[in-house]
Amino acid sequence: MSLFAAEQIAINFGGIKAVDGVSFAVEKGEVFTIIGPNGAGKTTIFNLMSRIYDTTEGRLMFEGQDITRVPPHKIAALGIARTFQNIELFENASLLQNLLLARHAHKKSNFWSELLFLPSVRRMEVEHREAVEKVIDFLDLQQYRDSLIVNLPYGVRKVTELARALCTEPKLLLLDEPSSGLNVEETEDMAFWIQDIKKLLGITVLMVEHDMTLVSAVSDRVLALNYGRPLAMGTPREVQSHPEVMRAYLGG
Amino acid sequence: MERSGVRSLDSRVRKLINFLQLTLNGLAVGCIYGLVALGFVLIYKATELVNFAQGDLLMLGAFVAYMAVVWWGLDYWLGFVIAIIAIAVFGALLDALILRRVIGQPQFAVVMLTIGLGAMFRTFASVTWGSEIYTLPTPFGGVWQVGGVTVSHQYVSIIVGTLVLCGALYAFFNFTRIGVAMQATSQNQLAAYYMGIPVKRIFSLIWAISAGVATVAGVLLAPVTLIDINMGLAVSLKAFAAAVLGGFGSIPGALVGGIVIGLIELYSGATLPEGLKNTMPYIVLLVVLAVRPQGLFGTLGRKKV
Amino acid sequence: MRFLFKTSYEQDLRLFRDRVDMGWYILLLLATIAVPFLLSDYSTGETAWVFIYGICGVSLMALVGYTGLVSLGHAAFLGIGAYAHAYFLGLGVPWVASVALAVVITAASGFVVGLPALRMTGIYLAIATLAFATIIQEVFSRWESVTHGFAGMPVAPPEIFGVSFADARPFYYLCLFFLVLALWLTRNLLRSPTGRAWIAIRDSEIAAQSMGVNLAIYKSMAFAYSAALMGLAGALFAHKIAYLAPDIFTILLSIQFLLLVIVGGLGSLHGAVFGAIFVALLPPVISILRDDIPDTFAGLSTSTGIPLFHIFGDALGAFLKKPGVEAGLFGLILVLVILLEPFGIYGRWVKIRVFFSTFPLYKADSFKRQKAYMKTERLR
Repeated sequence: MSLFAAEQIAINFGGIKAVDGVSFAVEKGEVFTIIGPNGAGKTTIFNLMSRIYDTTEGRLMFEGQDITRVPPHKIAALGIARTFQNIELFENASLLQNLLLARHAHKKSNFWSELLFLPSVRRMEVEHREAVEKVIDFLDLQQYRDSLIVNLPYGVRKVTELARALCTEPKLLLLDEPSSGLNVEETEDMAFWIQDIKKLLGITVLMVEHDMTLVSAVSDRVLALNYGRPLAMGTPREVQSHPEVMRAYLGG
Repeated sequence: MERSGVRSLDSRVRKLINFLQLTLNGLAVGCIYGLVALGFVLIYKATELVNFAQGDLLMLGAFVAYMAVVWWGLDYWLGFVIAIIAIAVFGALLDALILRRVIGQPQFAVVMLTIGLGAMFRTFASVTWGSEIYTLPTPFGGVWQVGGVTVSHQYVSIIVGTLVLCGALYAFFNFTRIGVAMQATSQNQLAAYYMGIPVKRIFSLIWAISAGVATVAGVLLAPVTLIDINMGLAVSLKAFAAAVLGGFGSIPGALVGGIVIGLIELYSGATLPEGLKNTMPYIVLLVVLAVRPQGLFGTLGRKKV
Repeated sequence: MRFLFKTSYEQDLRLFRDRVDMGWYILLLLATIAVPFLLSDYSTGETAWVFIYGICGVSLMALVGYTGLVSLGHAAFLGIGAYAHAYFLGLGVPWVASVALAVVITAASGFVVGLPALRMTGIYLAIATLAFATIIQEVFSRWESVTHGFAGMPVAPPEIFGVSFADARPFYYLCLFFLVLALWLTRNLLRSPTGRAWIAIRDSEIAAQSMGVNLAIYKSMAFAYSAALMGLAGALFAHKIAYLAPDIFTILLSIQFLLLVIVGGLGSLHGAVFGAIFVALLPPVISILRDDIPDTFAGLSTSTGIPLFHIFGDALGAFLKKPGVEAGLFGLILVLVILLEPFGIYGRWVKIRVFFSTFPLYKADSFKRQKAYMKTERLR
């Protein structure tokens, strides 16, 4: 049984079929990448998976459960985390607060115990902090802990997006263009981190990417999309040399 | 048998006349709300700022017209024009000198800024012109009797004035270069910059137009409610409800919203008991928002991630 | 310069950064406790207003400053709390139970007002709160069996477990106690998941949702909690003002509360207290100035021999005596604060403190705002 499967999902935006009958399955422990020209519907698929949009057809299955109509705030608790292409961090909060917020899905305290800040809440806060610190260590964000996000450079924000998603302790991690806006060095770091996430943390990664070097370096399987429809699926080399894919990217 | 028939016909005709009367008055009042709401929406569409001082600009416009006509003895129409120009220039200066400095701050802070400005305007009016109630002499003193309906010239002037103004604005926005440039700026500021449109000057111009519209509303309203420093406040609230009802960001919506609020106000004033009379417009607003959170003509969007 | 070495995670959870900080706050508390012994009864009574407004400030700060939901009609909740408390006291309910009931009722009404918030954004929500406030004000006027309508409603003096708190000094301590309680409870929420969820809602609803925050529940909670605090403030307000009338709880009062949080400093509890001090003390200060300014300037005239001062002083004095000037002054201060010091009094306080703590190494542009471009809040 695949960890995640999309079966014939589709969505229209006012007449334009952004996603048109896409099916794919992601196996546990692999790095699966979706590629395609701009406007192919890649981020839309992520938005469908995060339940920000509703799919008009088909099903989404996660760990054998049908999650097609699950409300968006329950997705994190199921074990799916995502990063956003254009960075949706909490700008006026510190990096630490952003990461601690990601632990919300694992929150066990209720309003009343928090109101009085009972010792149990204090203990749980320390536990959350310890979990967050592990991720900070993993991604080398120690020096930015208390900085407000508004004051951080772009590269650090991208990493913070990743850190925040990791703090939810996901089983499936959706990365939306993790290397966009990063220079060569930062992209290399990102590649190593994705490999570490897969091997050390055992998290399955579903990625949208444009940078072919990164895609070839880390992906196990690739799906190519164009105009919301699948073009080819296979290993990175197979897909990159597929004639349809080349036509989509180079035109003609 | 016959007499009761005649009597019931009489009462039905009377009810119809009453209804028409209320409708006329409601339309007139609604036009005022619509004009102020229009001012809100114009500024919001372009700059995403909500100008809570719009009602106070209305008040300043009315006072300037009063000063021109009563203090300086000028002709009504000349005073009207002077008021429009003066307040339009004032609006443009407000934008250029004050509002431009707060770009980048959260919307809420700017809303509070305009609220503060409004309070300052009221105090300024109180010091300059006085805190009493003043009358503006107008050439619309009479009434026509149409059927049994008393059609006051004031109310007709309001409706006609609104139509003329809206027609002029429509022509301006759709058929002049500046107007089209304004539309472009409000849709995509960055692209407008790239096209060589002087965005900052356009914003000041929009403020000027908005202030001018408020002045027209003020001068048209002056004979009906009389001029005092709080006349803007009273209108603001309902005009806001009108703008939101119509869908903030829709110009025709603002007018429709205004008219709806005006009509509701008049109809409920005549038919409903004391408690519901004043609050009916707000109840209707809440019901509409509950069903359509974006107002009648607004668009519901969500952030594209 | 004092460096803060962090050695345990607990440190970030504590109420105070370190012992020195705690020491300062304890000193502040002692000074506040000592105040009634130094001032006249009248002044003590006026200072109690600071605490009541402080609770209002904390309430609004939690909703607007931390959750980002703008409410333009918060005075309505103050009224609900005040009338509810007065009503139950009138029925003979003991003080503590009456206040508790008032708080619960106001919280429930806050929850109801918050329901539309779940679907509305920004300006729509603000206007909806305005509409609610107007409707509630009308209810105050019409529901005569409970509120006595326009006739007004007298409020029994506070008596808790047989001890009267009606005098200036005991009432002062009562208000101070509740302000400290409100601050502590809110601080607790803000350092827990609930507070973080609120900040998340303010900064990015979509990201908050994808982290597992149920927007509906937390927005409702924010409204209910904020209203609950207002209800508490309302009970104290009722006693202080002693006679309730529907035209007290107007939109203008709501705007005064918003002014409080902005001038104080949006986004911090300190800001609520600073703002309360400002809003509560400005009117008495204006009255004092109103009478003293002409004389002060006249004296300045005679001592320096420049008659201009005298003329200026008389004009200023006459200006201040005109009706409606107070509102204009508040407006002017609001405008100046937003233009010059958007972080409010607390922001300025932080800058001054940093200046002294890093002296002489203070960097001139420590708080320089980046040139900001308008970030569209329009949804596509």
